[in-house]
Amino acid sequence: MADVNRGNRPLSPHLSIYRPQLTSITSILTRITGNALIVSALMIVWWFLAAATGEEYFAFANGFVTSWFGDLVLGLSVWGLWYHTLAGIRHLIWDNAMGLEIEAATKLGWACVIGSVVLTVLTIAIV
Amino acid sequence: MRYMTDRKRAAGLGSAKSGVHHFWAMKVSSVALLLLIPLFVFTFGPALGGSYDEVTAYFARPFPAIVAALTMIVGFKHFNDGAQVLIEDYVHGGTQKITLILVTCLSYAAMATGLFSIAKLAL
Repeated sequence: MADVNRGNRPLSPHLSIYRPQLTSITSILTRITGNALIVSALMIVWWFLAAATGEEYFAFANGFVTSWFGDLVLGLSVWGLWYHTLAGIRHLIWDNAMGLEIEAATKLGWACVIGSVVLTVLTIAIV
Repeated sequence: MRYMTDRKRAAGLGSAKSGVHHFWAMKVSSVALLLLIPLFVFTFGPALGGSYDEVTAYFARPFPAIVAALTMIVGFKHFNDGAQVLIEDYVHGGTQKITLILVTCLSYAAMATGLFSIAKLAL
């Protein structure tokens, strides 16, 4: 009885027939931003290592990090960082079994999307 | 297998096989990062773009150096724990174990490199 149909049953979330919603998109974005931040994290570690190594190597690493490509990576990372931060706050709220109703979850999703853009613009303006 | 019940098969196999330890570790590091990330962004950000002398003098000061060091420790631990969940969801079998080991090595190597560099700049 207990061994019926193991390993041969449909698995959620049936991505091929799943209609994208704000809640599902903001959920997967949390994972994507969090893991993608490793790129800029490693770049920043390299920048610190270069600064600790010497003037010549720092000029090379700093030149890369502050180039248009470095600026692009860091600019996107600032957005990813604020998005992941706001989405993290959303998870901390959800952990208390609060804000889980569809309407509240949608509002929190918009807060993450809009809030992250606002914080990114502010950060780039200030820094 | 004939006499294995669902109850017997599930015993000792929590969702992550280790209770709430991982959940709690993520909770602690995420709350810590809630404070550290704004501090790091607004101390590291202004330093970026400075000359070699400006950067080395800046991170010789205690506050930017301590914030950067703490961000390295908590940030890479949080990355390691988070990437673990990603790997457990999408990679399976032996490849999963190898990937988990490699990501853990990468996290601690990056953490150590960052800490060494900040210590050298600060001292």
